[in-house]
Amino acid sequence: MASSSVVKEAKVLMVGAGGIGCELLKTLALSGFPDIHIIDMDTIEVSNLNRQFLFRQYHVGQSKAKVARDAVLKFRPHINITPYHANVKDPEFNVDFFKQFNVVLNGLDNLDARRHVNRLCLAANVPLVESGTTGFLGQVTVHVKGRTECYECHPKPAPKTYPVCTITSTPSKFVHCIVWAKDLLFAKLFGDKNQDNDLNVRSSDAAASSENVEDVFERRKDEDIDQYRRKIFDHVFGYNIELALSNEETWKNRNRPKPIYSKDVLSDELTQQNGNLEKNYASDDELSVSAMVSLGMKNPQDIWSLRENSKIFIEALKLFFMKREKEIGHLSFDKDDQLAVEFVTAAANIRAASFGIPLHSLFEAKGIAGNIVHAVATTNAVIAGLIVIEAIKVLQNDMENYRMTYCLEHPSRKMLLMPVDPFEPNKSCYVCSETPLSLEINTNRSKLKDFVEKIVKAKLGMTLPLIMCASNLLYEAGDVEKDFIKIYEANLEKVLSELPTPVTGGTMLTVEDMLQEFVCNINIKHREEFDEEKEPDGMVLSGWTQPVSAVDNKDKSIGNGASTSNALVTAAESEKDDEIAIVSAVKKRKLLDDSDSSNAADEVKHHKQLQVIDDEDDLVLLDGEVDSFKKRRLS
Amino acid sequence: MDGDGEELTAQETALYDRQIRVWGADAQRRLSKAHVLVYGMKGTVAEFCKNIVLAGVGSLTLVDDRVATEEAFAANFLIPPDENVYSGKTLAELCCNSLKDFNPMVRVSVERGDLSIFDLEFFSKFDVVVVSCCSLSAKKLANDKCRKLSKRIAFYAVDCRDSCGEIFVDLQDYKYSKKKRDETIECDLKYPSLEDALSVPWSELPRRMSKLYFAMRVIEKFEEAEGRSAGEVSIADLSGVLKLKKELCTAQALNESRVPDALLERLVTNATEFPPVCAVIGGILGQEVIKSISAKGDPVKNFFFFDAFDGKGIIEDISSK
Ligand SMILES: [Zn+2]
Repeated sequence: MASSSVVKEAKVLMVGAGGIGCELLKTLALSGFPDIHIIDMDTIEVSNLNRQFLFRQYHVGQSKAKVARDAVLKFRPHINITPYHANVKDPEFNVDFFKQFNVVLNGLDNLDARRHVNRLCLAANVPLVESGTTGFLGQVTVHVKGRTECYECHPKPAPKTYPVCTITSTPSKFVHCIVWAKDLLFAKLFGDKNQDNDLNVRSSDAAASSENVEDVFERRKDEDIDQYRRKIFDHVFGYNIELALSNEETWKNRNRPKPIYSKDVLSDELTQQNGNLEKNYASDDELSVSAMVSLGMKNPQDIWSLRENSKIFIEALKLFFMKREKEIGHLSFDKDDQLAVEFVTAAANIRAASFGIPLHSLFEAKGIAGNIVHAVATTNAVIAGLIVIEAIKVLQNDMENYRMTYCLEHPSRKMLLMPVDPFEPNKSCYVCSETPLSLEINTNRSKLKDFVEKIVKAKLGMTLPLIMCASNLLYEAGDVEKDFIKIYEANLEKVLSELPTPVTGGTMLTVEDMLQEFVCNINIKHREEFDEEKEPDGMVLSGWTQPVSAVDNKDKSIGNGASTSNALVTAAESEKDDEIAIVSAVKKRKLLDDSDSSNAADEVKHHKQLQVIDDEDDLVLLDGEVDSFKKRRLS
Repeated sequence: MDGDGEELTAQETALYDRQIRVWGADAQRRLSKAHVLVYGMKGTVAEFCKNIVLAGVGSLTLVDDRVATEEAFAANFLIPPDENVYSGKTLAELCCNSLKDFNPMVRVSVERGDLSIFDLEFFSKFDVVVVSCCSLSAKKLANDKCRKLSKRIAFYAVDCRDSCGEIFVDLQDYKYSKKKRDETIECDLKYPSLEDALSVPWSELPRRMSKLYFAMRVIEKFEEAEGRSAGEVSIADLSGVLKLKKELCTAQALNESRVPDALLERLVTNATEFPPVCAVIGGILGQEVIKSISAKGDPVKNFFFFDAFDGKGIIEDISSK
């Protein structure tokens, strides 16, 4: 391929040195790219080694960017690779930094960083090649300012969320039990006590008197641990189910759950277990404390019986209080915390048994609870190859031939790798066009703080925002003079209409991120009332492409992520693992045969006329939709 | 079922965690018992080897007696470009040293010899055979030997030229399962040998057949007729190649426009591999081999083509009706 001249002059930035990153760095180096900069804040983990082939066991704990550089220099010693063990959102990576590159290549694992890089590329006017994989699926897209859509022109699939009542009272799938075990029960027992939680905390004794609101989960001083753990077990799997059953309305068209009490499933187990516990006391490493070890259970692929799950539950609870008491009140679920995974697996399984839902192994439960993304080396290698092919076209300014390419698991129109024409920029995209947004808000009740948190940060994805009304500064984050800090802090606590420059209906606010060099205007519309269930933010932003949520019930809902209780989980950071897929695949309805639909391409996304590149039949216009492959959480 | 009763070790579960979530523990066990032979160590095969060593096959045996030269590591990241390291060693030996390092749980070794001289007993040691960088006759011979054995061996031939790549697959009589909605269904596919596939008359092939199929056959025939080794063509050969194309199209009653001159020109101008295409073809091949070992998911039947110019990765079924 006649690419050598542009390649030899090119200076490229890679963001991410993970699954796609390792493959990409290798392929760039082999293709003759002489000057590559690479940013990644992560360190190497054992579960990376099956596909991030530049890393070895002895690199575990070291910087991905640095180790990747050294590994590639071994077979291409004469090129320049500059590694940064840092977060791409750090201020050093500003627009001027981005301007030095001919093209930016993303191999990222989360929406938040992708949006950030998108804005910097737009501001610096540097083309971006974006990518993502999950399992056998992947995609590569090209974003060139003014020519093709930007990364944020169209909504991305948001993490799945579930209505609260499904989680608290009517689970029908195993994932509902996992969310309950992790976000409610685990959080209640071991997490921050001040956090909102939808679990019923009133015990059966307390229910009688409305005055007594004692929290059953609070372990009283000197309360015997055996007594306490049985009480918790009976409360969450027994009493709370009985309570739910008493609401006949709920069960008219549903199978009634079965309460489970510790005496039925554990009988005399408790005393026997105490002996084995000693095994765990020999170990000092907190993360290696394990209920499976105390109970002599080895295989994470086994599906435990109800009795085994109950034993694990009661054992894990004890181990938390005996071995990790200091952490209680500060814990949040971590997929690499063995005891936490054991506890959540057992709790989810007991609940599943209660509701007649099939039980799952620890391995499977960990995948669901940890949102572990499926990843294989082959897809990453293919996607990296496709990124380099697009990058070369971008360097050649070969606009006609830019393609967005999907890597499919099952062929569509005989194709496993399917190129389509890139989309045009969305004219009403608030990121790459100058279209203002509009915000309905109660200007007499909402504080500037609420606006900053719920809109500017959560929805607009800004890191270092600055807010102006006309030419008056209302707020600025980051390094500001002392005098101003005071003024801004005071402003944050004021309702909008009482700010030094009052913000009322008809006002236009300008919000700017200094780092992203991204500005947008927001027209304010005053509105008195909001529906607490449907509009829990107390404000409604429009003109903004909301991440498409998989939930059809727009009521208060819970995501399988860190947050509980608080409404629809907004996009972004439920993924901390590799290669989250923002995979959407192009499909024509007619072609979607049965084997294709097993991809779970079941969410219809934005409607578009797609042109499939086809030199044989000229251009075939598809009247189809862009379906999005749902991230499969379970194989 | 294969592998029942033998659990994966804790070490394997930790290392292969992310991929077990894609193909399951049973497939992982089958992989760890599979023996793979590769012949011809250029960039595409290097990519493939990396992929299946990472995936955790039981063993990988490399054959390529050529000594390393500058050209050999153009697209091959397994060979260190240091003359002190590579001089005097064969390509297979050099690649073996690097691959061993990728995954200590996979046995990687080297065998010497020419593909044509290996006997049935030699092939019978393997479950998967991948051949590259060799003549068409050598490929056919190896494919026939694999087919003679009572044990079913999955056979693949792969080559990349410039921005194009091709994979041929022969799984013989292949049974596998796939998920269709929530059901698992059993499937059965019958593959033709390389000889049989290539002897399907061009006029019988569908109109929308990939142009690359014909172009690769023309170049292959040209090399055979001229007594060249695989990939040994240059722009100087273009007129000869175009002449041969005319002859073949006439003989096969195929419209000449189905084999564009520009494509042939591209393939002869630069016979060296283009690394991004190696990554794509090596990735798809790795995925296909993993599928066939685990007997899960629809495999390619029986050709796969990729051209970086149009970006399409196409499956063609070329077998006599
Ligand atoms: Zn946009």
